[in-house]
Amino acid sequence: MSTQTPLVELKNMSISFGGVHAVDDVSVDLYPGEVVGLLGHNGAGKSTLIKMLSGAYAADSGEIRINGKVATIHNPRDARRYNIETIYQTLALADNLDAASNLFLGRELVTSLGFVDDDAMESEVRKIMARLNPNFQKFSDPVSALSGGQRQSVAIARAVYFDAKILIMDEPTAALGPQETKMVSELIERLKSEGIGIFLISHDIHDVMHLCDRASVMKNGKLVGTVDVKDVTDDDLLGMIILGKHPHGADGK
Amino acid sequence: MQPDQNTAQNFFSKLGIDLRLLGMIGALAVLCIMFDLITGGRFLTPRNLFNLSVQTASVAVMATGMVFVIVTRNIDLSVGSLLGFIGMAAAAIQVHVLPDIVGLGHWSIWIIAAVFAVLMGAVIGAMQGWIIGYLTVPAFIVTLGGFLVYRGAMWWITQGQTVAPLDPSFRLMGGGADGTLGETLSWIFGLVASIAAVGLILASRRRKASHGFTVKPVWAEGILIALAAGLILGYVWIMNSYKIAKGALPRIAEARGVEMVDGLVLNHGVAIPVIILLGVTIVMTLVSTRTRFGRYVYATGGNPEAAELSGINTRLLTVKVFSLMGALTGISAIIASARLGAVDVGLGTLDELRVIAAAVIGGTALSGGFGTIYGAVIGALIMQTLQSGMASVGVDAPLQSIVVGMVLVFAVYIDIVYRRKTGA
Repeated sequence: MSTQTPLVELKNMSISFGGVHAVDDVSVDLYPGEVVGLLGHNGAGKSTLIKMLSGAYAADSGEIRINGKVATIHNPRDARRYNIETIYQTLALADNLDAASNLFLGRELVTSLGFVDDDAMESEVRKIMARLNPNFQKFSDPVSALSGGQRQSVAIARAVYFDAKILIMDEPTAALGPQETKMVSELIERLKSEGIGIFLISHDIHDVMHLCDRASVMKNGKLVGTVDVKDVTDDDLLGMIILGKHPHGADGK
Repeated sequence: MQPDQNTAQNFFSKLGIDLRLLGMIGALAVLCIMFDLITGGRFLTPRNLFNLSVQTASVAVMATGMVFVIVTRNIDLSVGSLLGFIGMAAAAIQVHVLPDIVGLGHWSIWIIAAVFAVLMGAVIGAMQGWIIGYLTVPAFIVTLGGFLVYRGAMWWITQGQTVAPLDPSFRLMGGGADGTLGETLSWIFGLVASIAAVGLILASRRRKASHGFTVKPVWAEGILIALAAGLILGYVWIMNSYKIAKGALPRIAEARGVEMVDGLVLNHGVAIPVIILLGVTIVMTLVSTRTRFGRYVYATGGNPEAAELSGINTRLLTVKVFSLMGALTGISAIIASARLGAVDVGLGTLDELRVIAAAVIGGTALSGGFGTIYGAVIGALIMQTLQSGMASVGVDAPLQSIVVGMVLVFAVYIDIVYRRKTGA
């Protein structure tokens, strides 16, 4: 893998809010077809780090490279141009709109006259949902009327519909039942095999051990270290998260 | 739930008419019938309905814009003052400026004045939107400031003098005996509008069917078509039954190119401000349901953060929404000033509250994300019906305010209960 150009390189990223260093000189990378877990306590800075990649925050300093080239990402529109898709922990859905409007928000399908084509969009949503979550039936209700799992599938469908090359998943299974969690892990496997790189933010070690190839652990805004998941135990990861201690002999790349 | 109630609900849901729309139409019908009974049949007359629809136009046009403002979790308190300011400025240029440039009574005066009014509104609105969106001053404060500024600026244009008389062609946009389509044109207009409405219903049905979605039953579609065409043609018929008064007859006959003979009967027809309102309603409905801009307005109101993360520039959106509100205020300024034929410094006073009330009675939620254009128009119609009705019954002005105020609060309470029940 090391001979390949990384899909994403985040180099020396820093951002502070009102004097607090939320992310302090952190570097991580991601290769095509790889899942990198970002671990850490609440407030460790993992979501903040990833929001600089998705364009929600502008970094104070640091460099983002996509396929080896320096990328300028100032807002979510920029990130979308680099085929970066994000599933936010909050899901970022407009509750008053239906599934199709949410899925295509900002990228509506339009008719030849330039009007939004609701019927075409609903038709597309029916197709993708048939694959992703066949139980999904509420196509014309506002998403506020959906269950947690259904809302999650709308957010996931939105991320995978538009040919993502880089996928960011922020706690994708936090609100899900066992059945839907299984659906997410199958989806991650499939996306991996299609060569998509995935950043998986989680505080669940079992999720990370199960789904990820590598894990980067953060504590208090700093990177503790990056390890190959197959070289470490659950306890090693716990030690990194809680004590900020790097396990010996398990140096990542 | 009783079975017959269930059947009724099922009936209306098959028609695609929701309970809220039904409630508003019901309230309007109850008001009209009640006032008609109390006045002994003087309320539901062609003359009164003509005046009612003309009086509604100015507030209703602005209410369609206020829907977008409120849906995006903002408010605009400045529209009444802005209407006065624009009305005064447009009046001043057609009375004091343009006659010196193009000549008194020149045909282009009304066009220049009208375009000026709309542009002036759009620019001022955009400025307010920029302060709200980019400088992040709350809309309540910015437009409260605007409320004072424009009323003051209006005074400043002519040192408080009333500007009159407005250009005769300009005044047609205010309605009145001259400002109508006349009988023949009204019928043609009604037919074209009916055909367009039927065409839209059928086109939507075909589009849905082509994607394999379930469509309404044929009988439901038939009832909708009959309702749409019946409403349009019925209105035209009523307007075409409103006779022109004897005093105005020679003038109107000349304007319409009819020979003035004894026993000649001419009717009003559909008023021009009503045509303007209809046009605005159709365009704004299209914008709200069929354009990206409209979609972003509702998305931003529902979840501003999600909208921003979806790549929507919500700051620029705020500028656009307020600019649109300003342009619509410009249109209303034209209607209001043209109707009076003169502009004094009181023009538009308290209109901001009527406009907000119309939007809110029409189902626009102040918490953002919900509201329809047709709802706001019906809301304006309910407000005006209530006011005109009470005036014709002989209720004192102070009592009218008390009733309107209480109805507003009650209507919003009903809306909250409805939302809680339906979970929307």
